[in-house]
Amino acid sequence: MNEMTNDKNADLGGKATSLDVTSALKSSTRPEELDSEESCIEVENLNLFYSQDKKALDNVNLSIPKQRVTAFIGPSGCGKSSLLRCFNRMNDLVDDCVIEGSITLDALDIYGKSVDVADLRRRVGMVFQKPNPFPKSIYENVAYGLRIQGINRKRVLDEVVESSLRAAALWDEVKDRLHDSALGMSGGQQQRLVIARTIAVEPEVLLLDEPASALDPISTLKIEELINELKTRYTIVIVTHNMQQAARVSDYTAFMYMGNMVEFDTTDNIFTNPAEKQTEDYITGRYG
Amino acid sequence: MKTEFNNWLRKGTPWIWINAGAVAISIVMVIGLLMLLAVRGINHFWPKDVLQATYTQPVNGGEPVSTQIVGEFVESEQISVGQIVSSGIPVDESQDFYQRNLIKLGNRDLTGADFSWVLEDYISDVTYPENVVTLERREWGNFYGFLEQVREGDQTIASVTEGANFDELWAEFNARLARALEIQKQIYDIENGAIGEINYQMERLRLEERRLRLEGDISAEVMGEITAAREELDTRYSALQGELQELYAQANRDSAVFHAANDQQTVVSLADVVMAYQANQMHVFAKIGTFFAKLGEFLTAEPREANTEGGIFPAIFGTVMMVLLMSVFVTPFGVVAAVYLREYARQGIVTRTIRIAVNNLAGVPSIVYGVFGLGFFIYIIGGEIDQMFYPEALPAPTFGTPGLLWASLTLALLTVPVVIVATEEGLARIPRSVREGSLALGATKFETLWRVVLPMASPAMMTGLILAVARAAGEVAPLMLVGVVKLAPSLPLDGNYPYLHLEQKFMHLGFHIYDVGFQSPNVEAARPLVFATALLLVIVIAILNLTAVGLRNRLREKYKALDT
Repeated sequence: MNEMTNDKNADLGGKATSLDVTSALKSSTRPEELDSEESCIEVENLNLFYSQDKKALDNVNLSIPKQRVTAFIGPSGCGKSSLLRCFNRMNDLVDDCVIEGSITLDALDIYGKSVDVADLRRRVGMVFQKPNPFPKSIYENVAYGLRIQGINRKRVLDEVVESSLRAAALWDEVKDRLHDSALGMSGGQQQRLVIARTIAVEPEVLLLDEPASALDPISTLKIEELINELKTRYTIVIVTHNMQQAARVSDYTAFMYMGNMVEFDTTDNIFTNPAEKQTEDYITGRYG
Repeated sequence: MKTEFNNWLRKGTPWIWINAGAVAISIVMVIGLLMLLAVRGINHFWPKDVLQATYTQPVNGGEPVSTQIVGEFVESEQISVGQIVSSGIPVDESQDFYQRNLIKLGNRDLTGADFSWVLEDYISDVTYPENVVTLERREWGNFYGFLEQVREGDQTIASVTEGANFDELWAEFNARLARALEIQKQIYDIENGAIGEINYQMERLRLEERRLRLEGDISAEVMGEITAAREELDTRYSALQGELQELYAQANRDSAVFHAANDQQTVVSLADVVMAYQANQMHVFAKIGTFFAKLGEFLTAEPREANTEGGIFPAIFGTVMMVLLMSVFVTPFGVVAAVYLREYARQGIVTRTIRIAVNNLAGVPSIVYGVFGLGFFIYIIGGEIDQMFYPEALPAPTFGTPGLLWASLTLALLTVPVVIVATEEGLARIPRSVREGSLALGATKFETLWRVVLPMASPAMMTGLILAVARAAGEVAPLMLVGVVKLAPSLPLDGNYPYLHLEQKFMHLGFHIYDVGFQSPNVEAARPLVFATALLLVIVIAILNLTAVGLRNRLREKYKALDT
């Protein structure tokens, strides 16, 4: 847990009552702590439709703070992943997907006409639920993003591969078999490799879409430790089904339900003193 | 009882029996086919014993005449007496069936036909004389007889009648035969190597001169160069011609006198002999040696005697060449089309229609492709190419006539649906997560396709190619229209620039089977060759396929899909 967040939570002991008053404005809940944080991604009035009558996100407003870990929780199908995939325009791949509203990344309108999607995705890296290494060697997996950018000098690649693997806490395990196929690694190693691959291109934001849900507890622990280390350098947004995980790794938590942003607050507040009944029901396991 | 039967039904036992039965029948049929091809084809190369017998066939109204037969037993069959009588042989009609044997008599130059049916009941005195010689000749087919003399020019070197030991005579014959074969090889090399090259260059000079004349910018200087080059070629040609004549004289120096059946004597020039052996004396190892020698000749030599003798190397070469060229055309084309259909085209009614059309194309009869190839590739495109690039050769067509290029292209067209369908399926199987992984790293769609998706789909492309090769290698009908001939004068790949002659006609195993089996003047002699060639075609296709399968397995190992 981040100490600073804890301090702030202590200051805001009696905030629950004031939130009850504003609870009618569900989608615009905004923890006051955020005022002091530098914002990285701003979401305004976001609506997302997968088809005309299938609305996946309903008027979402959100401000994701820089160099913090923000977790999205909520029951299956609530729109967490859809929202996450808006940040690097992965939803572009879905036919008939319509997006309204605006998302800005450091003052860049992500859905603006002049945006280079490939460049945006380099700045906003993403790790998926299932480890998806390429059927190449470990080295080539990490070097992939650089090669895409036209960087082919061996010295540069060697350096980046090593530093990325070190950052992903994988270097010691694989340094002797960098040129073996990545498919021969365990699931947890593969997932850390994917993280290494993502940070090799030096993104500003890391989107983690249930990164540990396909892994065993020990691998999960390693991933969580990794997230804790990475958050000093990157803005991290994580979607998770596992509430303990959200509580362990994140500074801020957003609870979503049926395409709505029900509540967004510091993690401590969400888990100890949720403003919304729905949030409380979900966290205490009454549904979801 | 009834419940027991019902139980038996419920367990699905009959269903399992039907399944297993279907598999068993398929396997038996395939193995039976291969065995038939193997036995009948390979049998042809085994040196068979030569029998000598007396045949006395009854004749209408007269004394039967005895003839001596010397030859190889081929096969026998039962035949009804009515059939024999109606063919004019007055046999005893109290016996219902007679056995008749097919004997290969060879000696076509002496007897007119080299196969004969004889009735088993009228054969007598069957012996297998030790000294009978089987000759495989360049012309007139096999010869069976007894060696009497070896001659050099008009001189008799050794002769049985003059008391020479037969073994010594045979050794002398073999030594001289080896020399003759060596000279024949030299002649072949000169005719096909040096002289072929001179002819080729002469033709190029002629075309060059004609081109310059057509363009109207021929100067005396250039003309002089051409004439000089031509004269130089002429001198080389006459020198080679002299050498050849010398060699021919050398090769024809020796001859041998043979004594064939019915006391016929004949002189055989050693230059005409390809192989000689005494089958009845050979032990099994010697026979195996001869078997492989004959098999080797079949695989590496050119055909003789209207394709009924000699080898089929040009046909093997042509088949493999055409399949390889077809693969080179069909793979990129099919893959690119599949990528567009699956990855870029907007999925809708149009792509669905195209997909159905592509699938149906695979079902169009191949001869239709042949007609299309002839009409479009050869007459239209080939004709245009000739007008534009080879006007000097006109009116003789260069590309405006059936040839290797057009045959490969026609087959590529025939097999492209298979490659498209297989590649599309491969692309569809690449997990979405891998594509997303690449896109999320800032790769564009093209980079994702090129660096991740296509390599992963390569085993599927190979599957398409394997199916395409299997279909193309066995195709004959369209080829008859677009490039295959009964006998091609030269291979499409040789030492003359530009080495690969795409405009040339070529030979093909499938067409060779048809030609030898059904267009041959000598059906009996050709029949074993049909089986041998068919077996070889199967083997060639199997080798081509196994190569592709091996390649695919390596690719699969390399890009094995993530366990979904």
